[in-house]
Amino acid sequence: MVSTGVVPVLITTFLASAVEAIEMVTIVVGVGATRGWRSTIIGTASGFGVLAVVIAILGAALKAVPIGPLRLVVGALLLIFGLQWFRKGIVRVAARGFAGIAGDDQEEAAEWTGPGMDWTAWFLAFKGVVLEGLEVAFIVVAFGAGANQLGPAIIGGVGAIIVIGGIGLALHQTVRRIPRSFLQLIVGTLLTTFGTFWSLEGLGVDWPGSDAAILGLLILYAATAAIYITLERRRAFGLRAVA
Amino acid sequence: MDRPLSWILAPFRFLYHFIVGDDWTVAAAVFIGLAICGVLNANHIIAWWLIPLLAIAMTGVSLRRHRAR
Repeated sequence: MVSTGVVPVLITTFLASAVEAIEMVTIVVGVGATRGWRSTIIGTASGFGVLAVVIAILGAALKAVPIGPLRLVVGALLLIFGLQWFRKGIVRVAARGFAGIAGDDQEEAAEWTGPGMDWTAWFLAFKGVVLEGLEVAFIVVAFGAGANQLGPAIIGGVGAIIVIGGIGLALHQTVRRIPRSFLQLIVGTLLTTFGTFWSLEGLGVDWPGSDAAILGLLILYAATAAIYITLERRRAFGLRAVA
Repeated sequence: MDRPLSWILAPFRFLYHFIVGDDWTVAAAVFIGLAICGVLNANHIIAWWLIPLLAIAMTGVSLRRHRAR
């Protein structure tokens, strides 16, 4: 069993982490803008510290597992998780097209004017980074371990957080306009593809065309998404016409 | 529920919610599908087609369940 190429690992973990990073950055920038930056930055750094420990422990633990059983377990988990995002992406893209995230899910926080550490800002930033970041950590570690490319997977995940974080700091409102639903559909399609491939490889099933089957699966799932989006839109349009 | 027990279960609840989400039937179908693939493969029967077919079918079923809610 050979390693999956570096480029697919970088692209998939970058895009998957970007989906979660959009929410993370929206929370952190929202808290920083309303309650001040010092406590928010310390809370954010604390959150990243926790995430680094989680990734180091999970990565070291998974390296000890043989690649065959690892691909079966990781592939099955990525397939289940990927199918969840695949369905959500189809529903959201069918309903909202390429719209960014809605304005009603932003963390609300009262303005802070007191001296010293603002523990509310610290906690909001810490919570936002840890909760959204744990999802990034799961994707990065699982995908990196399945592909036998943990280093590039971490680079993809960290790169996404840096890029989205940079955009968030420079252009606050732009982050909220990134088409997250469409990104979620792309990542759902990629994770479903690799999850299918690895879980069956882990079982010892031979794929026709070996690694080329990944491209075939990707095309199959992308076509499936397009068909389901068309059906969802037709159904919604039909219901509106009847109403 | 006792607070210590609730804290112990919290990471598992998070993982379940994150990985399985709001439709457990998809996860169940994947596990059953992989088990069937394992049996077919052990008996030298071509099995690679089963999971893609199952994934496409379960997405349709899950979309329907989502609409019903």
